[in-house]
Amino acid sequence: MENLKAKSFELRKDIWKMIYKAKTGHTGGDFSICDILVSLYYKHMNISPESTDHPNRDRFILSKGHSVEAYYSVLADRGFFPKEELETYSQYQSKYIGHPNNKINGIEMNSGSLGHGLPVAVGMALAGKMDKASYRVYTVMGDGELAEGSVWEGAMAAGHYKLDNLTAVVDRNRLQISGCTENVMSQDNQDARWGSFGWHVIHAAGNDLKALDEAFTQAKATKGKPTVIIADTIKGYGISFTENKAEWHHKVPTEAEFENGLKELEERRIAANE
Amino acid sequence: MNNIPNRQIICEVLMDKAKEDKDIVVLCSDSRGSASLTGFANTYPEQFVETGIAEQNLVSISAGLAKCGKKAFAASPACFLSTRSMEQCKVDVAYSNTNVKLIGISGGISYGALGMTHHSAQDIAALASIPNMRVYLPSDRFQTKALMEHLLEDEKPAYIRVGRNPVEDVYEEGNMPFKMNEATVVSEGKDVTIIACGELVRAAKDAAEELGKLGVSARVLDMYCVKPIDQTAVLKAAKETKAIVTIEEHSYGVDKA
Ligand SMILES: [Mg+2]
Repeated sequence: MENLKAKSFELRKDIWKMIYKAKTGHTGGDFSICDILVSLYYKHMNISPESTDHPNRDRFILSKGHSVEAYYSVLADRGFFPKEELETYSQYQSKYIGHPNNKINGIEMNSGSLGHGLPVAVGMALAGKMDKASYRVYTVMGDGELAEGSVWEGAMAAGHYKLDNLTAVVDRNRLQISGCTENVMSQDNQDARWGSFGWHVIHAAGNDLKALDEAFTQAKATKGKPTVIIADTIKGYGISFTENKAEWHHKVPTEAEFENGLKELEERRIAANE
Repeated sequence: MNNIPNRQIICEVLMDKAKEDKDIVVLCSDSRGSASLTGFANTYPEQFVETGIAEQNLVSISAGLAKCGKKAFAASPACFLSTRSMEQCKVDVAYSNTNVKLIGISGGISYGALGMTHHSAQDIAALASIPNMRVYLPSDRFQTKALMEHLLEDEKPAYIRVGRNPVEDVYEEGNMPFKMNEATVVSEGKDVTIIACGELVRAAKDAAEELGKLGVSARVLDMYCVKPIDQTAVLKAAKETKAIVTIEEHSYGVDKA
């Protein structure tokens, strides 16, 4: 089996290059969720570029749509479209814009405004229940996003309808655009919040592929209720100087930063392979 | 005197079609009674989704269902459905192009003395401003039925607004000219054209009759298709009659200085 840890560093290199070339992007959140996406797209989700219309494919919504560069990199690497197309990212007339849209092969839903992914995922999971289909529905949200009230409307309905075919992931990197989540709007005590809406709550180290693997496996085995994985991540994970820094939410690297960052990512990719 | 409100006709059409079409799903936000959809909920519980009083969730869940092959009909008071959920209508329905039909019930000032919170005099402007969102206001029960039957055949987003109370018929059983996205000429006239939509078409028809007694020949256009509007009919009226008056149960928010 492919070394997924090395894969996640390889993808971070693609993301880093994409952002440097376009001079725009969300490095922090991209790097934060890279391992979550790798675990889903290379291991846990039943998807393939050959059958994007298959009724029983798993469904994925990137609710924190601003992490789109990570999403594009994973989709390209999994063969949903040629990698070269990402050269046009954020350029005039490119469909690879700064938030996901379903003109792009492999993307189910348009996102970008926060607090939409979970309620839409609830509808998808309900449809699966109605059709007695075996597909599962996944969505990834940010921790800052949890302040959106619509997240909790979705959480309430998912618990009410006991949607055990639904797994939500919270990218708990404890940072958002203005700084630490706990200073902006407190997000601790996630267990009580989700638990009270009838969810099974799992905590996992969100940049650890083994921990994520266990969490997604447990979510699939959990019956009678939806599962939320609180993925404790490091925002900007992969390059020492982007890690845990609020300013890297959407900062663009300078030439020196770009070169140093790329070198470090390559070193960590090689180390992961050993 | 007709005593069947348009919202009830919507329920009848959906119940009739749901017999054969198991992909039809009706969603309500604690609004099944006000939307006249209790009959649907009771007859087809497996094709009915209750979201509780959560209109944003109502719209997003509808979009998710539609994305997985369902024909979602989300019914809730027009005031809440259109503006409280406007972003869900914009992003999850129109922009994502999901097969969701938004049914705004008790639109306009149907709720009367319940006041501003329940009036929906902004919904047409709000939803018509969204690309890929069609807006329809059927005038009477016959046209509501025809419109719903047409909308069941397509897979694109639409907002349908109806009022709360029964309205007098504009048309007759068996005599209801209807073409999708074309205004219906209710009465011909050469002096002035009244363009109306929804419940006010009947009022326009009555007004034209009164005008006739005064020697004014008024054309009445039933512009149930507010978006896409029937431009040909409007231009024709502009050419052939001397003035155009529009009436709709809606506000443009004009405030006194
Ligand atoms: Mg965050």
